[in-house]
Amino acid sequence: MVEPYLVLARMHVRAQTAYRGSFAIEVLASVGATVSGVCEMYVVFASVPALGGLTLRAALLVFALGHVSMSLADLFFGHLDALPGYLRSGAFDAFLLRPLPVLFQLIGAELSLRRLGRTVAGSVLATAVLAGIGIRWTPADVGLVALTVLCGAAIFAALFTAAAAVQFWLVDGAEVTASFVYGGQYASQFPASVYPGPLRTLFTFVVPAAFVAYLPVLTLLRLPPPPGLPPWIGWCTPLAAAGAWAIALLGWRAGLRRYTGTGS
Amino acid sequence: MWPTLFALGFRRWSAYRTAALAGAFTNCVFGLIRSAVLIAVVGTAGGALAGYDRATAATYVWLGQALIGPVQLFGWNELAQRVRTGDIAIDLARPADPMLTYLAADLGRATFALLPRGLPPLVVGALVTGLALPHTPAPYALGLASVALATALSFACRWLVNLSAFWLLDLRGPMTLYLVVSGVLCGLVVPVHWFPGWLAAIAAATPFPSMMQAPTDVLMGRSGAQTLVVQALWLAGLLGLGRAGFALGTRRLVIQGG
Repeated sequence: MVEPYLVLARMHVRAQTAYRGSFAIEVLASVGATVSGVCEMYVVFASVPALGGLTLRAALLVFALGHVSMSLADLFFGHLDALPGYLRSGAFDAFLLRPLPVLFQLIGAELSLRRLGRTVAGSVLATAVLAGIGIRWTPADVGLVALTVLCGAAIFAALFTAAAAVQFWLVDGAEVTASFVYGGQYASQFPASVYPGPLRTLFTFVVPAAFVAYLPVLTLLRLPPPPGLPPWIGWCTPLAAAGAWAIALLGWRAGLRRYTGTGS
Repeated sequence: MWPTLFALGFRRWSAYRTAALAGAFTNCVFGLIRSAVLIAVVGTAGGALAGYDRATAATYVWLGQALIGPVQLFGWNELAQRVRTGDIAIDLARPADPMLTYLAADLGRATFALLPRGLPPLVVGALVTGLALPHTPAPYALGLASVALATALSFACRWLVNLSAFWLLDLRGPMTLYLVVSGVLCGLVVPVHWFPGWLAAIAAATPFPSMMQAPTDVLMGRSGAQTLVVQALWLAGLLGLGRAGFALGTRRLVIQGG
């Protein structure tokens, strides 16, 4: 099943890099999101020494890790945003006829390489912060950072998939579900401790934004965990990712079964 | 003619009511996050920061979220598209100033957007954090004028960014730069009053605070008529620039085909 994906991926790489000037502008434009995110964190922290138990430096680490995760999820799964268009135009039927899983085909239908600009910019930022943050590195810490980025990407990918699954019911509601995906991303860049009770529950256990970077960074920097949670909570990101994926795949299957086409 | 163009702008956008409500939903979700963050900042700073307490900071966020749609803070590329496709030739053949034509239609769009994009964030804000709004009519009357000026100003900025299409054809570069700079400096994230001195000085030298901070300040009764004067001066200057830039661009323009 990997080989068709590699063929498609190679095709996308060649197509998107054919016009180099245009590709360079797209990559730079995608880095614009990194720059504005950093500026945003800077002005939020400009008037206070720390917010929700995190200094600006630690918050930038939370932002950078989440940013890298989101860019990876967006690179591979961002194209699921186009599902409502396929459903409305009937082009979705073509996906059903091909002998590959539909989700897999949709993922392979586009690979927005420009997102790699954000992956690189976010990684540079994360490395710069990690280099200067002064913790005694153990192999476990390195593993935690790698695990966080991968599982964070998996969480965002699950959110993309779940949001796409809902489109089978609400063809016109793409922006409503997208606001949970992008709102979840936005929520993930701030310390979850600033959110009032219901919002914190929403962004920890329903849309697991707090697991993307905030909780792992607390564990990494040996900061006290939120009340009621153990100090090793940062290692539970895979559980959050698995939970998010279980729900996303169940929803996707149900949506796919429900799809009946638009006729003619 | 101008009222007709205004009405057409209103009618064109009123066809997309669901899209407007969906946009308002996004603004509400982000408003929940932003208000929590700003309330936390004020709390950390000891309950008051540059004249904002928890309630006014939350109100600031909700007013900002309500204004995103009407003021149209985020992109617009209609002019650039028309330059790219050559449709701009039709605009040039019309017996009316193209910039003012688009401005009238944009004000119509903003007027439609006021209710479906503006009301939901305010209702959610009133329910979740409460709103600290003035109890006299004057700030609202001035505020409405300030929102109109902010919309026209946002249009003038978007028009100037779009003009780069005459030279570059591709708008993505300039538009991204514009969105990054304006997004922070207009005060959408935190009030401009919270900026460190050097950044506040930079912001004050740009029209961006007049697009978001200014109408919010007027609506909350923090400032009055003098803010509107600043907005009007920026607007006059940028519209002048926009007209000159458009004249310059059309001299370079070559429409292909027949």
